[in-house]
Amino acid sequence: MEQNTRSLQKKIILLCFLPVIVFFLSLFLGRYPISPVDVGHVLLSPFFYPDMQGYELQKSVIVGIRMPRVLLAMLVGAGLAISGAACQGIFKNPLVSPDLLGVSAGAGFGAVLGILLVGNGPLVTMSALFFGIISVVIVFAISRINNTTPILSLVLAGIIVSSIFAALIALVKYVADPYDKLPTIVYWLMGSFAKASYDDLMLVIIPISAGMIILLFLRWRINILSLGDDEASSLGEKPERMRWLIVISVTVIAASAVTVAGIIGWVGLVIPHICRMIMGVDHKLLLPATILIGASFLAAIDIIARTATPAEIPIGILTAIIGAPFFALLLNRMKRGWI
Amino acid sequence: MDMTFEVTDAEFGYGTITLHRVSFSVEPGEILAVLGANGSGKTTLMKCINGIHRWKSGGAFIGGKLFDIQNISRQIGYVPQCHTLTFPYTVSEMVLFGRAPAINLLSMPSGSDREIANRTMKEVGISHLADKSCSEISGGEMQLVLIARALASEPRILLLDEPESHLDFRNQTMLLNLLRNLVDRRKIVCIMNTHYPDHALKISDKTLLLGRKKHIFGKTKEIITRNNLKDYFGVNVELLPFHNGKGEHMNAVVALELVDV
Repeated sequence: MEQNTRSLQKKIILLCFLPVIVFFLSLFLGRYPISPVDVGHVLLSPFFYPDMQGYELQKSVIVGIRMPRVLLAMLVGAGLAISGAACQGIFKNPLVSPDLLGVSAGAGFGAVLGILLVGNGPLVTMSALFFGIISVVIVFAISRINNTTPILSLVLAGIIVSSIFAALIALVKYVADPYDKLPTIVYWLMGSFAKASYDDLMLVIIPISAGMIILLFLRWRINILSLGDDEASSLGEKPERMRWLIVISVTVIAASAVTVAGIIGWVGLVIPHICRMIMGVDHKLLLPATILIGASFLAAIDIIARTATPAEIPIGILTAIIGAPFFALLLNRMKRGWI
Repeated sequence: MDMTFEVTDAEFGYGTITLHRVSFSVEPGEILAVLGANGSGKTTLMKCINGIHRWKSGGAFIGGKLFDIQNISRQIGYVPQCHTLTFPYTVSEMVLFGRAPAINLLSMPSGSDREIANRTMKEVGISHLADKSCSEISGGEMQLVLIARALASEPRILLLDEPESHLDFRNQTMLLNLLRNLVDRRKIVCIMNTHYPDHALKISDKTLLLGRKKHIFGKTKEIITRNNLKDYFGVNVELLPFHNGKGEHMNAVVALELVDV
């Protein structure tokens, strides 16, 4: 057993290097070629060559454009992946993802409504966050039965709320100006980090980090919840209270992610599974692994999104095109008993 | 210190009353077998003792004091009937979950928690399975894992809900022998639901026989009689006396025809 623990610890240390590597790759890969040496120069210049001249363009590309973009992609990737793992644990279902509770659809509707009414700016963001939270409040309200919230009714309520907001999104698209607003809405719904800025990063870094920290603190307890309510309460857990705490954390993360990046599917479903194959099913190690791999995965996909073709590919399309077949492949090759 | 576990005049029901003024007492080191037809409230009784349901009236006492609902999970180790496995945790992870009642909400299991879990696995005889996944082991082994998990919280009371019902003949015998040994060694109170009068006769000291709006409680040999089994199950039985390996006088139950109740 000691042997086992040690090899897992080694794996998680190796995993820590992954986001660092992807981070540096992201900085020098792109439409405007910058050599790794120059990236090093620009990153180190504030410390070693404070009066360095002649790298202004590289500096503005790296620090002004690529840096906020890769940081935001990593934050969103990490947040979606850990949320997915936590949801799968508390709903005892490995096929669940954070979208399940209607957050994505709600926040998506908020954003497209904002685009329709005011175009862009902070109001769109606020509207997305607002409707993301509203959707979970509605889910909460309709899933209460006799003062308890059974898992099944929570899941069904999530499906109901998601489809209502999906219909509302369709309605907004239908009435939007097809030459001006509609392309923006459609493009936004496909998910993208193209407009990432430090402002976006500042807006979501606190809610996403706070949600992730809560989930990390509770990660061993998620194991207990995954045993089912009766077993959990016989082990001293208060399953319902705990479930809501986790659902709220997940909502905040998912709504923030949709707000800045649009709807990005598959990350919350695929990454936890990849992590289980590497780390095993204990959420104590699983959740930290999902942060590292989720961050690396989305930043890596974003590199493809902005370099593969002359025009940007929306990242939501790529996560589905790459994520879904990859998932099918994994399932086929490693039948490990949790499906 | 007197650590007798007592349930006195306890009532519970979903709507209508299923458990009707039930009373019994179990000493540390004793096994109580709870027998009764389907729907007589065996599992309900477990859930009430375990604090999942609240008694409508009456209650559970330990050492004469009202059983503390707040700390219930630290005093009771519960072994469910069978475990549906969503995630294939390893055996050692699963046993460690038994430490949950003793671990602070935001903390992780410590080295000493791991040590207790390891010791419990050894006691139950599953140390060699520690790194195996729970999806790779047999039903009998899984039941041992669940018993180890229940014991890992170092409870005063071990509750088992038909622990032997899904096991084959050999594993049933193994499980019953193990339970008797554990209870003798740890001097804990053990309450076990079962469908088999033979199993009650084999390992239990006392028996609670549950029926519709009635129950009887007493020494196992005095409760499991032809008349009572006919009365509570509607089955005519024959009790066959024999001597076991240690020369003790025992009975085996043979079911004959059904009678109307």
